Amino acid sequence: MREGEADPGLYDFLPYRGRPKIEWPDGKTVAVWVAPNLEYYELDPPANPMRKSWAKPHPDVVGYSHRDHANRVGHWRMAEAMTRHGFPGSVSLSVALCDHIPEVVEDARQRGWEFFSHGIYNTRYSYGMDEAQERAIIEDSIATVQRATGQRIRGWLAPALTHTPRTLDLLAEYGFDYTCDLYHDDQPTQVNVAGGSLTAIPYSLEVNDHYGFFVYNMSPREYADTLIRQYERLAAEGAQSGTVMCIPLHSYLIGQPHRIGPFEEVLRHIVADGRAWIARAGEIVDAYRAQVPGAAA
Amino acid sequence: MSVDPSYTEYPLRRRGMDHDLYDWSNMFDRPPAPWTGVAIWPVISLEWFPILPSDAPFRAPGHMQTAYPDFRHYTAREYGTRVGFYRLLDAFEKVGARVTIACNGAIAERYPELIADIVRGGHEIVAHSTDMNGTIASTLPEADERALIHASIEAIKHATGKRPRGWLSIARSQSFATPRLLAEAGLAYMCDWSHDELPVGFRTEAGQIVNLPLNHELSDRQILTVQQQSVDSYAEQMQDAYRWLSGEAQNYGGRMLPLHLTPYIMGLPYRIDAFERLLAWFKDQPDHWFATGSDLVDAACQS
Repeated sequence: MREGEADPGLYDFLPYRGRPKIEWPDGKTVAVWVAPNLEYYELDPPANPMRKSWAKPHPDVVGYSHRDHANRVGHWRMAEAMTRHGFPGSVSLSVALCDHIPEVVEDARQRGWEFFSHGIYNTRYSYGMDEAQERAIIEDSIATVQRATGQRIRGWLAPALTHTPRTLDLLAEYGFDYTCDLYHDDQPTQVNVAGGSLTAIPYSLEVNDHYGFFVYNMSPREYADTLIRQYERLAAEGAQSGTVMCIPLHSYLIGQPHRIGPFEEVLRHIVADGRAWIARAGEIVDAYRAQVPGAAA
Repeated sequence: MSVDPSYTEYPLRRRGMDHDLYDWSNMFDRPPAPWTGVAIWPVISLEWFPILPSDAPFRAPGHMQTAYPDFRHYTAREYGTRVGFYRLLDAFEKVGARVTIACNGAIAERYPELIADIVRGGHEIVAHSTDMNGTIASTLPEADERALIHASIEAIKHATGKRPRGWLSIARSQSFATPRLLAEAGLAYMCDWSHDELPVGFRTEAGQIVNLPLNHELSDRQILTVQQQSVDSYAEQMQDAYRWLSGEAQNYGGRMLPLHLTPYIMGLPYRIDAFERLLAWFKDQPDHWFATGSDLVDAACQS
């Protein structure tokens, strides 16, 4: 990025009208990927000067225990529902989860899910890191996930969405293929990096379950209806353009007993509709890159 | 400002939790709970808000909001205690359910008639601090916290003749010492941690204490007041939760569904009918069990 400039120059402007169409396999119009956040939040993390980890003084029992629900209860409900309807996960992973609760990571691996890094912990932020520290979390992420799952991670979602001006350049330098940190489009786009090739895959804050439940205060059925509307529109437009829909989840939210039933109806709806290419993030990035000159690394 | 070099060190990065209070466990791999179906656990918070609020260590949710004297919130909370609470009690009596009342010590001291009605109905009382200025956080000196726990237990014991067995913190907020201090005070269970959906044992230096998860996401405060949804939506969400848990219970053993209620929120005339219909629906479910906190803890400890 162009540090210090008003326009950081993350990508070139490409208006939605008149773009070349992206083709998905089997004539599908929208590539749908589900992104469960498998996270670990620390009870008493050290302070980052730019952001507090917890809203309340430590121990924030409500905040911590709510997140911990994910790894004891919520994950299993969410993962079973996804598997039942044929949705693999592309996991934004707090890589320390491989050390703390390897059972959750192993369960995701056995389901055929793809992993990308979401930092070490979701209570450690990139703000204020020098280059050596930021390289350390990237190298730690690559090595930890490789050791735990055998996968070389290809993507990145910054821990708690905290970045430095050098994050995207470093990702490209380390050979990552995609970032989930930019929200400017409904199709993949190329990121301007110092060297190499980095693709921005559409993620979503707007239909993230965190926004649905904790920012927009939706009921579980309103959130399910929101996902179906998002899907219907993107599937229709995708007949001309080739779109991507991401469903980002946190199992401590979607895995609650009053929400998982309405959510399962969404998965059922998408499968029955038939216009969706249900895929992992890496497969979507590969299909896009194969169609865009100069995009492949 | 840059981060300290220690910011990228992780001394507690290890197998299991980053503390010693309890072990990690997958709820779906555990031995089945000792009951079948869905244990519905109603908890009513019965609270007294002094019109002189304290911000140390923090101001409780629902506390005074305007400049002194805040008649608006003082009396609206008292409406819950005088009127709304009785609507809830009557609603539960209609379906024959005994409930758990999380009661401030000040309520026990100020309103003995209310306590007598609770005891006569066969309900359980758990300690819920002194009054709504009795908040706990890590900034509260340990001696003060110990005194607060002791005072609230003693007030309830004095009013009912029985020591309470359970504890709920205001806003579920604890210090690092709270589980140990509660165990030290001889309490069998607390309701503050919502990390699970079955009873879970905690270790402390003063012995074990069970946590019964009173899920804040399923509370009337969260759904009606924080998320601003209708009581009809609340009832629908509880029914969806019940249906899901009932399905799980068939495959994995008993489940629990906490219903956390606030008299000044749910006990209003325009909401109570929908709530009564929800209770009647629960009563019609063949696999329901209306349980108190002690019922659940006793069942869990016998298994």
